[in-house]
Amino acid sequence: MRLNLPLVVAAAFVLAACTTASEDAAKSVSGGEKVASSSSKTTVSSASTTKSSEKPLSAGPKPGSQLDLEINVGDRVLFDYDKSTLSSDSRTTIGRWAEWLMTYPANKIIIEGHADERGTREYNLALGERRANAAREYLISLGVNPNRAKTISFGKERPAIPGSNENAYAQNRRAVAVLSKD
Amino acid sequence: MVLYLAKIIFVVSLIVVIFPSLSLVFAQTSQDKLVVNVNEGTYKPLPIAIPDFRSVGSEAKGYAVNISKVISDDLQRSGLFSPIDKRAFLSIPNSVKERPNFVNWKPLNAQALVIGETKILPNNALGIEFVLYDVFAEQVMIRYQLSISSSKAWRRLAHTAADQIYKRITGESGYFDTRVVYISERGPTKKRKKRLSIMDQDGHNHKYLTDGNSLVLTPRFSPIRDEITYLAYFDEQKPPRVYLLNIENSDQVTLGTFPGMTFAPRFSPDGRKVIMSMAERGNTDIYVMDLLTLNQKQLTTHPAIDTSPSYSPDCSKIVFESDRGGSQQLYVMSSTGKNQRRISFKRGGRYGTPVWSPRGDLIAFTKFYKGSFHIGVMKSDGSGERLLTKGFIVEGPTWAPNGRVLMFYRQQRQNEKGEGSNPRLYSIDLTGHNEREIITPEDASDPAWSRLTSDIDPEKIKKICSD
Repeated sequence: MRLNLPLVVAAAFVLAACTTASEDAAKSVSGGEKVASSSSKTTVSSASTTKSSEKPLSAGPKPGSQLDLEINVGDRVLFDYDKSTLSSDSRTTIGRWAEWLMTYPANKIIIEGHADERGTREYNLALGERRANAAREYLISLGVNPNRAKTISFGKERPAIPGSNENAYAQNRRAVAVLSKD
Repeated sequence: MVLYLAKIIFVVSLIVVIFPSLSLVFAQTSQDKLVVNVNEGTYKPLPIAIPDFRSVGSEAKGYAVNISKVISDDLQRSGLFSPIDKRAFLSIPNSVKERPNFVNWKPLNAQALVIGETKILPNNALGIEFVLYDVFAEQVMIRYQLSISSSKAWRRLAHTAADQIYKRITGESGYFDTRVVYISERGPTKKRKKRLSIMDQDGHNHKYLTDGNSLVLTPRFSPIRDEITYLAYFDEQKPPRVYLLNIENSDQVTLGTFPGMTFAPRFSPDGRKVIMSMAERGNTDIYVMDLLTLNQKQLTTHPAIDTSPSYSPDCSKIVFESDRGGSQQLYVMSSTGKNQRRISFKRGGRYGTPVWSPRGDLIAFTKFYKGSFHIGVMKSDGSGERLLTKGFIVEGPTWAPNGRVLMFYRQQRQNEKGEGSNPRLYSIDLTGHNEREIITPEDASDPAWSRLTSDIDPEKIKKICSD
């Protein structure tokens, strides 16, 4: 999922101007997701620093953060139905994960594997693991230390997009890089 | 339906089960058979009259009416019986000791008649006595006395009575005194709240076993104690694990020390082992773990996905699914992992979640074919495939202990807001007729049927799986 960057920046300015604005307000402006709520917090601080340095248009997510990974790097790769093969686009994205991990050597990631709803629950757990692993293997082949990327599978339990349609399915067959809390 | 006439014999036996203890006295039974053939595809349900039970003493009055109602509901839901509307009755039966006047029941075309009474016993125990009659033969088919040590568990008396009536008339053992563990679901598609839940097979005595803070999936019932194995994500940045939960005292342990995600657990038929899958580095294989020695053994080594294992009831074989041939298909191997061979071939499609029938004759499965999901059964060599029901998603069959009825979950297509999937539990008999929803408080998926509660006992089910 990509956030609308200008909107986030605008939200940051609203919040910078109104310091008593609640986190809930930030959530609703920037899209209502859990990741978005932490993102709005980080944009508030970066917006206020850029304000003093008078370069508001270069404001963005805190470098090396989850939101940085989502917006500036691209946190996910997609797969064909019942497949775990990486496309050339996916390889490019994972290449950026590798660069990002080189840039932020303290960061570690969890690669989540997901499936669309048109498979049995247990098979989809295995398929999600296979997808997460395909992304991880390629990442490691690019020189990333294996200890910095773990995998987890959610099968069909955590779709990115609701709906029983091809567009949702295509977005849900994915591997997503998430900043590790460890 | 066939009516046989024969002499009455007397059998006495006593069944003692876990608390609250239920005892059953076979006072009298006849060898003749009012037979319902459960194998026939289109079957006309047997008309049966079940007047309200009498109460011996006023304290048992509430129980009396409720018990006969639960018996009637159980038999009706089986699809094999058609309880006759009580408003049509021409007489109210007297004591169970007295022979009914069959003249009053024949005009209703009641083939069978159940007369019973209920009484409170010392120490708040509850007892029933009932007689099943063959109306046209004017014969006693069975007469039972049942008691349970706590009147709060009165529903078990009713279910056990229904099981005995079902067994006497169909020749198959019953499945009413059973429970179901399943997953309760609520909330938005992207962040579904799932809770481990348990209820009687008819949806009563419902209880949540987890609080919904952690994602839980695929519970299975132990055949020998009140124990469940299931999958949980207690930390959403760590791979999920298979757990063993004692539902009496809430003791819980993680099963095994595996480097990767463990999932798809299932008990061995003797309850002494759990078979499951472990996924690591893109490869899923099948492992078995002994619950006493904690020994872990790897059974498959193929680089493909091998998952959803299920033992044959004699523990000699395991059916599982694998995509080693390019798509999800069913395979059978020996319980040591030898002689792996594919059994699903028919007309394409993908096959998953195989479950061996407790009778050993059939394997139930989920099939994805031409854009729809199906629940079906095949013989254990893969022949004789029959699809019982289909839907947008139907998945995860589980067998009633008599191997005659399956439960599964059914989910609808959802709109772009994620509304309308409404996963629910259904039961269906092997004929493919008589599909019925099991009412649950919330959305529901992943059902697992218990054995008959009175059979869940390590003393009764001996160790049959070798080490």
